[in-house]
Amino acid sequence: MTEAGGGGFRRHWFRYVTGALAALVVLVTILIVFRLVLDSRPTWSEWGLAFVTRTEWDPVRGDFGALPFIVGTLLTSLMALVIALPISLGIAILLSEYAPRQLRDPLIFVVELLAAVPSVVFGLWGIFVLAPLVQQHVVPLIASSPLGFFPFFGEPGPGYNLFTASLILAIMIIPIIASLSREVLMAVPREQKEGALALGATRWEAVRHVVLAYGRPGIFSAAVLGLGRALGETMATTMTIGNSLGLTFDYFQPGNSMTAIIANELREAASRLHVSSLVAIGLILFAVSFLLNTMGRLILMRVQARGV
Amino acid sequence: MSSHPIAAAESMPTRLRLRLLRDHILVALCIAALLCAVVPLVWVLWEVIAVGAAHISFEFLTALPAPPTVGGGGWGNAIVGSVVVVGMAMLIGVPVGVGTGIYMSEFGNNALGRSARFLSEVMAGIPSIIAGIVAYGLIVVTMGRFSAMSGGVALAVLFIPVVAITTQEALRLVPVDQREASFALGVADAPTTLRVVLPAAMGNVLTGIMLATARIAGETAPLLFTAFNSRYWMEGLDQPTATMPVNIYSYAISPFEHWHEQAWAGALVLVAMVLLTNVVARTLWARRARFIAGR
Repeated sequence: MTEAGGGGFRRHWFRYVTGALAALVVLVTILIVFRLVLDSRPTWSEWGLAFVTRTEWDPVRGDFGALPFIVGTLLTSLMALVIALPISLGIAILLSEYAPRQLRDPLIFVVELLAAVPSVVFGLWGIFVLAPLVQQHVVPLIASSPLGFFPFFGEPGPGYNLFTASLILAIMIIPIIASLSREVLMAVPREQKEGALALGATRWEAVRHVVLAYGRPGIFSAAVLGLGRALGETMATTMTIGNSLGLTFDYFQPGNSMTAIIANELREAASRLHVSSLVAIGLILFAVSFLLNTMGRLILMRVQARGV
Repeated sequence: MSSHPIAAAESMPTRLRLRLLRDHILVALCIAALLCAVVPLVWVLWEVIAVGAAHISFEFLTALPAPPTVGGGGWGNAIVGSVVVVGMAMLIGVPVGVGTGIYMSEFGNNALGRSARFLSEVMAGIPSIIAGIVAYGLIVVTMGRFSAMSGGVALAVLFIPVVAITTQEALRLVPVDQREASFALGVADAPTTLRVVLPAAMGNVLTGIMLATARIAGETAPLLFTAFNSRYWMEGLDQPTATMPVNIYSYAISPFEHWHEQAWAGALVLVAMVLLTNVVARTLWARRARFIAGR
């Protein structure tokens, strides 16, 4: 867009100044990684990678392990994804294939508003509305249904549990997965759909065999990005998950997550090892979400390049 | 179903009828999915308005917090604190974010532009609590105390990538012809961008900034161990400061009924601000985007 070479700084100062700001964004990312690694060093030198598989968490005795929190984060975000993915896909198909134009824009608007509600407000609602509801109605319902035979739905416990946290996470990641999938589905070439319809396929058959098949990599990347969001969600999780310290695989029992333990303990952590263990959990969290985000973005970029 | 032209035909074979029935069932399922998303939104908003509105008063908006057993008191200091912390994040974030967005859009067809673009997109999805951990290690530990400043820096880290991406998108909507016309007259890149491209995209750049501001205004996790909390009016940028999101959290998990009520009232103020900003920004963005693209 600009002519190459010549002119020097006087002519191109603007390019250099904005370039320096862009470089700052790159530097900040490097600084974040550097700080996380630096501040978590005591933990890695104490236990090495075994920190990830240790289950004790006792600040008084100076005993730290990340496994209960890693398990809690995985259980809640995977359950959130299981709940959110079909719902998001339904919304994406409705908005891209079926909804008339006048209805589509307002609906997209409403779904995006869901993404704008602050996490802490979902947490507040979770504490006073959803958790009691889950305890009194949802947990007994699942426990008495065929789903109750799965070992990870054990004895009904309190309302603050892994399942309640998963539900809130699902609500919070639906707008992300739905809007990304909708964009992917809308990028499917029109001729492909029309071809199927011309051959006598019903709308649904065209969606299933053409649109979904064509959009599969894009939907996968939307799910990956949604999972990344669920992993890092903090306040809504902290306020509903129950904040227990032991290892549990039971959705109906209080659990904990990587974000929740940091939110609960970092401001009161006194010992060096306690702080560094919390930062170490932060580093693991950062690494995983960086990886998921990168993966999701790369696939999405490739899909969009193909779609144009 | 009878409205379908084929379904109306008497002689329709059973198999086709089944296929069409399945088509209709799946539309119904899609509508059910949409309800699954809309119902919680309406429910949360309803609860916030119904419970919160009953406890909002002039005192709540202007007074200092009172002890939970006394009753009364307000979040005046937290409202001021939120404005200051978010304002600081904007002060740092707007120049860096907009500058980065300009570079990515106008000059970014190189390694630096590509890395900035890629990292902005990835960092926009990174857990917000990470920004808090880094600001804690970098500023709170170094200074030896929690501060409004560290909160502002943490929020700026979250603010910059979003502004950079929206600015880039806004500038890309400006037709290339306008830049070429300017360059053809021998105008350098600075005046071209500042006097031609940026003014044309200004509306969208500003709405992008509004959306990003609304997003960080509700952020809680990074403020827990940076701005922390305070029961008094703000005493300086280097002092612990109360903010609305952190107040909602600490009041909600407290054992006091009176504080729970105040948490709902605070949530109403916060949600009203965040959603209003969002609605205004998205309406403007849609209108301007259409205007620029000449649709």
